[in-house]
Amino acid sequence: MTPRRKRLWVVLGILAGVSASVALAVVAGRQDISFYYVPTQVALGKAPADKDFRIGGLVMKGSVRRKPGDMTVHFVLTDYAHQVPVVYTGVLPDLFREGQGIIAHGQLGPNGVFVADEVLAKHDSKYMPPEIAASLKKNAGAAAAGAGAAPNPRG
Amino acid sequence: MIRSGFWAMGGYARFVWPSIGFALAILAWNIWSARRHHARALLRVRRAIQMARSEES
Amino acid sequence: MWTWFHRLASPPHLYRTAAAWAPWLAFAAVILIGYGLVDGLVFAPPDYQQGDAFRIIYVHAPSAWLSLFGYTLMAVAGAVALIWRIKVGYAVAAAAAPIGASFTLSALVTGSLWGRPMWGTYWAWDPRLTSELILLFLYFGVISLRKAFEDPNRGDRASALLGIVGVVNVPIVHFSVYWWNSLHQGGTVMRLGKPEMPGSMLWPLLAMLAGFMCFFGAVLCVRVRAEILSRERQSTWVREVVAA
Repeated sequence: MTPRRKRLWVVLGILAGVSASVALAVVAGRQDISFYYVPTQVALGKAPADKDFRIGGLVMKGSVRRKPGDMTVHFVLTDYAHQVPVVYTGVLPDLFREGQGIIAHGQLGPNGVFVADEVLAKHDSKYMPPEIAASLKKNAGAAAAGAGAAPNPRG
Repeated sequence: MIRSGFWAMGGYARFVWPSIGFALAILAWNIWSARRHHARALLRVRRAIQMARSEES
Repeated sequence: MWTWFHRLASPPHLYRTAAAWAPWLAFAAVILIGYGLVDGLVFAPPDYQQGDAFRIIYVHAPSAWLSLFGYTLMAVAGAVALIWRIKVGYAVAAAAAPIGASFTLSALVTGSLWGRPMWGTYWAWDPRLTSELILLFLYFGVISLRKAFEDPNRGDRASALLGIVGVVNVPIVHFSVYWWNSLHQGGTVMRLGKPEMPGSMLWPLLAMLAGFMCFFGAVLCVRVRAEILSRERQSTWVREVVAA
């Protein structure tokens, strides 16, 4: 084996070793790396019961309730399979609206209501001008009226 | 030419302009730093040449 | 191809090639970034959800892209130098490190300024954000390891090795938003399939990406020349070039 070939193998060997250990760490701690749990995981009891955690989902249409003059807001998070009701008191991000993906941090109460102390909004990687979005919505509404609305399971 | 409310950025001016400004500052730092490194390297070579010449004479 | 590669491995040839390329890359960068900024900030329509805040993408995405590109280039140059004993590889790696680090910082700061109004927070320990921060620390490690040795050759080798080991973080940064639940959205342009943007928003973004790449290339050329000059300052060809 030439010295050059040997150096190549040493470098590749170190790289392979580090990659393998990182991969193992990632697989072992898969859930801990994720930023949030989805409602299905919460329903299956996979989220920590006695600790704070984050839950991410879409704000269900028509589920947002607030009392006038009060900072407290109630809404339901869904991943189209399971729902989790959330209560939060505080300032909401600009993107918070029905149908929007959001992430709430807090604790699951014994009554199954998630008490949040922080609400973050998620946005997707789609960008478009408001006029196009409006016309898309109109067309989608017309199509849905004919065929029945199919939920789009995107986070 | 510039649309109305351009500087206001729809109310997001205090986030949009600092981020554009920071990115442009990074570009400027890169130009300044690269040129300074090049000038310093040239200076070191010139000094080495002078040293060699003074040793010869 | 191979003769071209071998000629680049000769310091005087790379020194001249970098000098020839730098002005053209700089020229292209000025044109592309100028057009991208004007079209992106003035003429592109606001986003239907994010309004004008989405315009931060025009500096954030190119910075983030260069942070990964710079690291990969640095690691590959270091590997070429280590394995084939091509010394200009170390010069290229040393030149790329501070540029890449600066764009990593830019990606983190512009992203933070985008996150506050849209997500509701400047920072979160999210997989994408955390791995990008680790990328910045890896850059710092590679830069300081080079200076940590008395013998510059050992510094070169040690930092090349750290650069190569750290390259596992590059795919983690890129794919983190697909592998784990993340606050950060997926890629808009650097993805399989069509970009998720209409042309009026996409063209300035592509121009900014290309412009930042050209800028990186131009700065790299100047830095590589500086590295070669100071590394080869005892050689006759450098003295002839400088004295002329």
